Amino acid sequence: MWRYAFKRLIQGIITVWFIATATFVAMQMAPGDPLSGEKALSEEIRANLEAKYGLDKHPVQQYFIYMGNLLKGDLGISYTQQNRQVNDIIAEHFPVSAILGVLAIVFAALGGILLGALTALFRNKAPDVIIMFLVILGISVPSFVVAAIAQLSLVNINDLLGFSLLPVAGWGTVQHMLIPALVLGLSTMAFLTRLMRSSMLEIINADYVRTARSKGLPESRIFSRHMLRNAILPVVTVLGPAIAGITTGGFVVELVFAIPGLGRYFVQAVQQLDYTVIMGTTVFYGAFLVLMVIIVDLLYGWVDPRVRLD
Amino acid sequence: MDTASGSSSVLRQLGLYALLTIVGIALLMWAMSWIASVTGSAERTQTAIDPETRSASFLLGDEPPQLDSSKATDALSGMVLGHVMEGLLAYNENNQLTAGVAERWDIRERGATFWLRRDAKWSNGEPITAHDFVYSWRLAVDPANSSQYAFLLYAVKNGEAITQGKMPLESLGVTAIDDYTLEVEFENSTAYFGKLVAFSTYYPINEKFHKSVKDRFGADADTLLYSGPYMIENWVHGASLKMVRNPHYWNPGRGGLDIIDFPYITSDPNARLNLFKDGKIAIAGLSAENLGEAIDRRWQMNAFAEGVVFYIEFNHRPGRVTGNRHLRRAMQLVNDPAELVYKVTKLPGYLPGKSLFPVWVQGVNGFFRQEYPAPEAPVNIEQARWHLEQAKQELGLDEIPPLILLTGDNPLSTLQSEYYQDRFKRTLGLDVRIDKQIFKQRLEKMTAGEFDMVMAGWGPDFDDPLTFGDLFASWNEQNRGKYASSELDAQVRIAQRSVDTQERMDAFGEIQRILFEDAVILPGYERGIVYVVDERLEGVVRRAVGPDPDYTFARIREGS
Repeated sequence: MWRYAFKRLIQGIITVWFIATATFVAMQMAPGDPLSGEKALSEEIRANLEAKYGLDKHPVQQYFIYMGNLLKGDLGISYTQQNRQVNDIIAEHFPVSAILGVLAIVFAALGGILLGALTALFRNKAPDVIIMFLVILGISVPSFVVAAIAQLSLVNINDLLGFSLLPVAGWGTVQHMLIPALVLGLSTMAFLTRLMRSSMLEIINADYVRTARSKGLPESRIFSRHMLRNAILPVVTVLGPAIAGITTGGFVVELVFAIPGLGRYFVQAVQQLDYTVIMGTTVFYGAFLVLMVIIVDLLYGWVDPRVRLD
Repeated sequence: MDTASGSSSVLRQLGLYALLTIVGIALLMWAMSWIASVTGSAERTQTAIDPETRSASFLLGDEPPQLDSSKATDALSGMVLGHVMEGLLAYNENNQLTAGVAERWDIRERGATFWLRRDAKWSNGEPITAHDFVYSWRLAVDPANSSQYAFLLYAVKNGEAITQGKMPLESLGVTAIDDYTLEVEFENSTAYFGKLVAFSTYYPINEKFHKSVKDRFGADADTLLYSGPYMIENWVHGASLKMVRNPHYWNPGRGGLDIIDFPYITSDPNARLNLFKDGKIAIAGLSAENLGEAIDRRWQMNAFAEGVVFYIEFNHRPGRVTGNRHLRRAMQLVNDPAELVYKVTKLPGYLPGKSLFPVWVQGVNGFFRQEYPAPEAPVNIEQARWHLEQAKQELGLDEIPPLILLTGDNPLSTLQSEYYQDRFKRTLGLDVRIDKQIFKQRLEKMTAGEFDMVMAGWGPDFDDPLTFGDLFASWNEQNRGKYASSELDAQVRIAQRSVDTQERMDAFGEIQRILFEDAVILPGYERGIVYVVDERLEGVVRRAVGPDPDYTFARIREGS
């Protein structure tokens, strides 16, 4: 187990190094220039700026300087906000994305498992049909539409009630999180519902379930011990990438609900060609994703003793 | 599973799980709310207007990128800085230049003197002195500080040479004669210097404070020292920004708001309107889709010309057919900005473009465009075709090759470029190829000259026609099509050097005429905005140059 964990960690570090290098190369090849703006820069001012960011050096030299700083944990200064460290940007905004992401994934996982189980139990009956219809909707409607509709509905509900039931946007209290987290987790919930349903259906007619039933075990015990626990396995597998995906992909939701998450900085940096922020957030997200996959792999061995980790 | 009792017990189990889930989530959210309260904007005023605390809430479209006044370049940072900083001179509620930190001033042909008021203080209670200006102006041109707006200080003697590293910082033509007298030497005579010192690059910076926070200057609320009517009390990056009155400001009677709060930061237009509808913010810009709703709800609506002009620029580099005047004239004669604005883009508040100089620019006594009406070319397809034939002859071409129209990737640019494509094809039979590029890539192509026509725009840096007037001077780096005319250059020089208002305005009039007769640009539109204001709020100042919107004169109506 420990040897396995160590091996995976080394692999992870190599992956992150690869991500950093690939991003660096891609950025060097990307057309455009981080210093250019709507207003043209004069030669001397441009030269001063290039010296400040080390852009006057050879790309190979820049690469080694960057990697050296990365090892020291220094991601540099942003190009668009010239007095902010990328480290500060991540430290300030990732927790926001993480809170929102964790909440969304909890909604998604619990909702998905419960609804999936429900649809499987009521296969081809009314609850199944209704829920599966909603699931298809949840998967196919993009989050910017859901976010906009949710916010508009909230405005109208508040208007109707005459007082503010839930805040329309902003961040800071638990009321602010509820709707954005639901919206963010919706498509994952829908996806997990489908996954759970199909894996439940497989298990309902499995031999060991029939055996358990013929032993005379109570149905509720068969359901939670034999069916749910087995059916949950595929859900756990996709949970890791889903956590990373949700935490990093909340850009639209963050924008609509005015939430100070990291996703907004990530997307804006790409549009502005803010080299240091692109590099910093990509490497950070890359490392985060790799870590999540490793954790899920380790968890997998714990949930399913049949899986041997070595 | 078929037995009724079995199925119901399973359902009970499932229900139990669901209950546990809800309880678990509730606990989790409770735990998280205190984590979030550290990163967020909890415990804020919950309404747009609060007469009790005399506070008003607004929305910021984005995080202000740069609050170091020596480096700030964008309008949003300029807006925030305009509330919390004050320069020698400032704009009042009627958009007139008036006394700021300086109470008297004298602008001469070769220099200027400013006498500072003795009661002007920083937010820590220390007096604002002439040394603070000397320090910040030197900082702006310091190569080590690498400010993008160093060029605004080129009006001051040796500013440009210092930025190039050819002269020491101390040689900048600004001296503190004593704590309250500032003497400025000009590089060339600069008639509009008073307007320059109102701009953020000229704001004072306290040396001791600046050195104590080093690179973090302007990064947070506590790494700034404030000279303006308000100060930032709390700034959570990306989430909120809250301004309160600066207790040491020399004019405590200014404006009626004690708190100017920005509890939301987002660029989403629908979120903005939703927050307004929910009574959370006091001002919201409207887009074309929301206009009907605003009228139905009888909201207090205002329109405002933002000061930015948009136009098509031609490439005059050798080998480009657009260097031919007849070809440009032909396109000028079929260009119909009114059709573009009223029938195609249909955006509220937009005006059809007529000139490089927008309508709000000041002339000798009144508006420049009233004193020097823009020459107009009514659509005349026949004449346009004649010019096109001339162009073909001069160029020795049977057919004009497809023209490349470089444009941005936003929906408005797309709509517009497709309109031009269709317009030039239908009227002149010209083929236009649209080259749609993301922002940075478009700039790269503009600078490299990889276009025949480009959709460009320009917003003012300071309140003088020169901010537009020198755009097509042959030496201007902003002149991406490399238009060169000795006649125009001569007029730009007059406008730069002269201190006589009449003479300068005549020069701008000439520039406007040359741009038209040489068909250097095809005017598109002047950008405008329509916005709604909470009816309890009055006195919000909008302006094309300077901090916009300006809430420092706003007050809450009596009885609300």
